[in-house]
Amino acid sequence: MTDRSAIVRLNGIGKSFGAVQALRDVTFHVAPGECVGLVGHNGAGKSTLMNILSGVLSPDTGELLFGDQDLAARYSVAAAKQNGLRCVYQELSLCPNLSVAENARITHPTIRGIGWRRKAATLITTWLDRIFPGHGIGPGDIVGELSIARRQMVEIARAFSATQTPVRLVILDEPTSSLDKASADQLLSFVGRFTETGGSVILISHMLGEILDSADRIVVMRDGGVVAEDATAAFDRARLVREMGSVLAEDAATPTAQARRQTDRVIVLPGENGIPLEVFKGEIVGLAGIGGQGQTDALLTLFAAANGTRNHAEITTEAAFVAGDRQTDGVFPGWSIRRNISIASIRQMVQHWLIDARKELGLAQDWQTRIGIRTEDLSNPILSLSGGNQQKVLFARALGSPAPVVLMDDPMRGVDIGTKQDVYAILKDEAAQGRSFVWYTTEMDELKHCDFVYVFRGGQVVSGLPRHQVTEANILRASFDAAAAA
Amino acid sequence: MIARLLTPHSLRTLLPAVSLAALLAAIFYLQPRTMSYFGLNLLLNLAVPIALATVAQMFILCVNDLDLSLGAFISLTACITATWLHDTPLLGALALAGCVLAYAGLGALIHLRNLPSIVVTLGMSFVWMGIAVLILPTPGGKAPDWIRSLMTLKPALIPFPIIALVVLGGIVQIALMRSAPGVVLRGAGGNPQSVARAGWSILRVKMIMFGLAGLFGVLAGMALVGLTTSADANIALRYTLLSIAGVILGGGEFTGGRISPIGAVIGAVTLALAGSFLSFLRLNPDWQIGAQGAILILVLALRVIINRTAAKS
Repeated sequence: MTDRSAIVRLNGIGKSFGAVQALRDVTFHVAPGECVGLVGHNGAGKSTLMNILSGVLSPDTGELLFGDQDLAARYSVAAAKQNGLRCVYQELSLCPNLSVAENARITHPTIRGIGWRRKAATLITTWLDRIFPGHGIGPGDIVGELSIARRQMVEIARAFSATQTPVRLVILDEPTSSLDKASADQLLSFVGRFTETGGSVILISHMLGEILDSADRIVVMRDGGVVAEDATAAFDRARLVREMGSVLAEDAATPTAQARRQTDRVIVLPGENGIPLEVFKGEIVGLAGIGGQGQTDALLTLFAAANGTRNHAEITTEAAFVAGDRQTDGVFPGWSIRRNISIASIRQMVQHWLIDARKELGLAQDWQTRIGIRTEDLSNPILSLSGGNQQKVLFARALGSPAPVVLMDDPMRGVDIGTKQDVYAILKDEAAQGRSFVWYTTEMDELKHCDFVYVFRGGQVVSGLPRHQVTEANILRASFDAAAAA
Repeated sequence: MIARLLTPHSLRTLLPAVSLAALLAAIFYLQPRTMSYFGLNLLLNLAVPIALATVAQMFILCVNDLDLSLGAFISLTACITATWLHDTPLLGALALAGCVLAYAGLGALIHLRNLPSIVVTLGMSFVWMGIAVLILPTPGGKAPDWIRSLMTLKPALIPFPIIALVVLGGIVQIALMRSAPGVVLRGAGGNPQSVARAGWSILRVKMIMFGLAGLFGVLAGMALVGLTTSADANIALRYTLLSIAGVILGGGEFTGGRISPIGAVIGAVTLALAGSFLSFLRLNPDWQIGAQGAILILVLALRVIINRTAAKS
């Protein structure tokens, strides 16, 4: 029966970006009047799936059915809109320089002519009132001057507002992440009312409580595929967490690290109401959790504290930083490999106001052999290296500096496995010699190299796991629901 | 009412007008005779082409680009106006229309090839200058009579430059800030991805905005020739930086589609008056560019202070 009435149906959808298979053979449907919960860890393919549904990306393989029509070949943003499909993106997609009403006009081409301002203002205010009573947003307010929560409300209200084509399916990607509790409840109760009148919603959220409370059916994704799909009643928190990640055999407990966490503390970052982040001498501390939950901010706070520009954190020593996004924050593209390595240690190489070229070359050569940078000549431009080798240069820069603490912002993104193994070995080696590392990573496997792992959620540390408790299950549980971790 | 006027937002909006009023007050104080029909006419005459150039630059800044060729382009259109448009009006009109289309084409090129506008327009500035020299190798030419008589119009009561400036600011303000299509044009500067996701063509937006910049550049060149009666290939080179400064002075920003047409016109007038202000102070006019810079720094510093207080509250 659902076959006939499904609003949209995906059959065997596949999508890859280069060598990365983002979606494989996904089959998925949404029926009218249904709220489908979509859960999965980072990189499970939720966003890709959503972008395909909203017409931003086109699938490589598979069918995209509206009724009996396969639109996969000629699907587009316009076609999605025509079929009554709307999307609230995780990163806000309003124009900050325009007013609330003007932003409504952007998605409603039919609002025009004399009096369009009043029409747009009425439309957006009506929907804001309907979804978030007491929102306190005026249609003339400039979006860029609104708080992030209010911007999110405008974006949600805009997605539900209809002019000519009725809205049949709204995709909400982490809609409550920037809303406070009261507004989140308003939204979820509105979703209930919306589905009662025949509308459908796809709800993507890492707040498993929300999904379990609001969804009629839950779809779990992992590694680009759907791994579980069932009525909500068949799920509980434990099963959701289990389906999202494979539970690995727990390593034998190594209590040595725990014992070491007593003396020589080099960093304390107090949590507002969470757990303080502490780092001890010679320790590798991992920062885990869903991407963008405050891990990078914590690293930047620590770095600023080490430079004395901010004092939210206590840090007793100098710190070096390894940037994750090497294109924008990492390499100096116009410089040689040698210069790129030595820049963090330049103070040690100055003699009579000039840089001692021999010392500089010595440092670079030392690290070339230790970390294995594949080049014939260190004077070559940095861009002559492959991505992985460029990343090695960034490691060499941080490790070659005298700083006893190294902060790493997901530095292994896009690095091949061989390089990774080399770097892991050096990190262990350096830690054994008394260096401390704070390592934000989105890869579960890398956390196994850490002595202690802090899990972030909503900008706070919600859980601290000593090495023997670092398992995928524990981390997932803490990243998705604080209540379940307790 | 007073409290509402003193919010950071309205202070920021009022700042350009307040700066202009302060400058005008200083000029009136130094030389009370400027406070007459004739005095204002003389004072504001040259502000008209600068204001047109500033509005042209504003269209470009609105879509997060920057035009470094505007001065050379206006020089070229001035040369065309003083030669072809005067001698063979049809050829002149076609050439000027071609200039506007060329600008729209530049917008398309910059968008499609994802080129930095600074590079493209810097390169084009030499092209425009080269063509201008070919058309008018030595200063000369003659303004078409109808432009000359338009620019020297003497309406009753209110001097022509004031009417022209108010009409210019008003029309562009309504078209860009109040109309429904204007919203899409500005939105493309604020968040192009979101505008594209809503089903609008960014290519079209860029072509329209560059085309409008070309149109107002042509108008600036024609107005300039109407005032000076002849042209030369370097006549408007300093308009490039003047126009950018005018937009910023008027409350616009380099990125994010934050612009104000009325503000841009006010900014242009403020910069144009800075020169007169200096001569009334009996200072060497060579200091003019320095004085314009000083005004720019002063007003931007005030804006930063206002923004800081806004961030605190």
